[in-house]
Amino acid sequence: MLLHTINKSPLVNNALSTCLRMAKDGSGILFIEDGVYGALTGTEITAVVEEAMKTKKVYALEPDVKARGVQDRVIKGVQLVDYSGFVDLTTEYDKVESWL
Amino acid sequence: MADEAMEPGGGGVTKKFLYVNRKAPYGTIYALESLEVVLIGAAFEQDVSMVFADDGVYELKKGQDTTDSNMKNFSPTYRALEMYDVEKLYVEKESMDARGLTPDDLVVPVEVKTAAELGEIMEEQDVILSF
Repeated sequence: MLLHTINKSPLVNNALSTCLRMAKDGSGILFIEDGVYGALTGTEITAVVEEAMKTKKVYALEPDVKARGVQDRVIKGVQLVDYSGFVDLTTEYDKVESWL
Repeated sequence: MADEAMEPGGGGVTKKFLYVNRKAPYGTIYALESLEVVLIGAAFEQDVSMVFADDGVYELKKGQDTTDSNMKNFSPTYRALEMYDVEKLYVEKESMDARGLTPDDLVVPVEVKTAAELGEIMEEQDVILSF
């Protein structure tokens, strides 16, 4: 299965939206850099992400979450990974698609 | 008139400068660059306001911790703005609501303005810089 990485904020960029149209059940979605704003409660796209979490595994890169001060509101069930966890994910999935 | 403005103490020419910030911090350099331009410009004692809209509201988010990242946490610098008489910090209500943010989530006191109110403020400016 694919690991999709999203590095732009889904609140201002449509990469996540396009990715979710295409991503298959059982694939992984990893939020990095500004993409981590997609992993938060209380936003206008929270419901979209929670819906995706029903069929795909969603992760967020913890250093990027902390840098932006949003560790106080990560959606429950989103798995936070550090850099070495990021590397582990890339070996656990078959391949990576980086949505820029 | 321009010559007077360049002399020590200025010629009394003051313009209204507005800086519009719409980008999240850290993912791109815009947020930091904008802040640096404001601080440099503040030395010229102009009438400066800042608007934060879209992901720009996240520039002011409390709790930024870059210890695990290779980046400098520049959010404390927003608190230095008032020492330079830059106190008119506006956040767009619509952007805050879309992100579930309240003024309590931010590192500095701000005024929440609707998009319509910000439009009025923009019309009153002499110079607008966008980041």
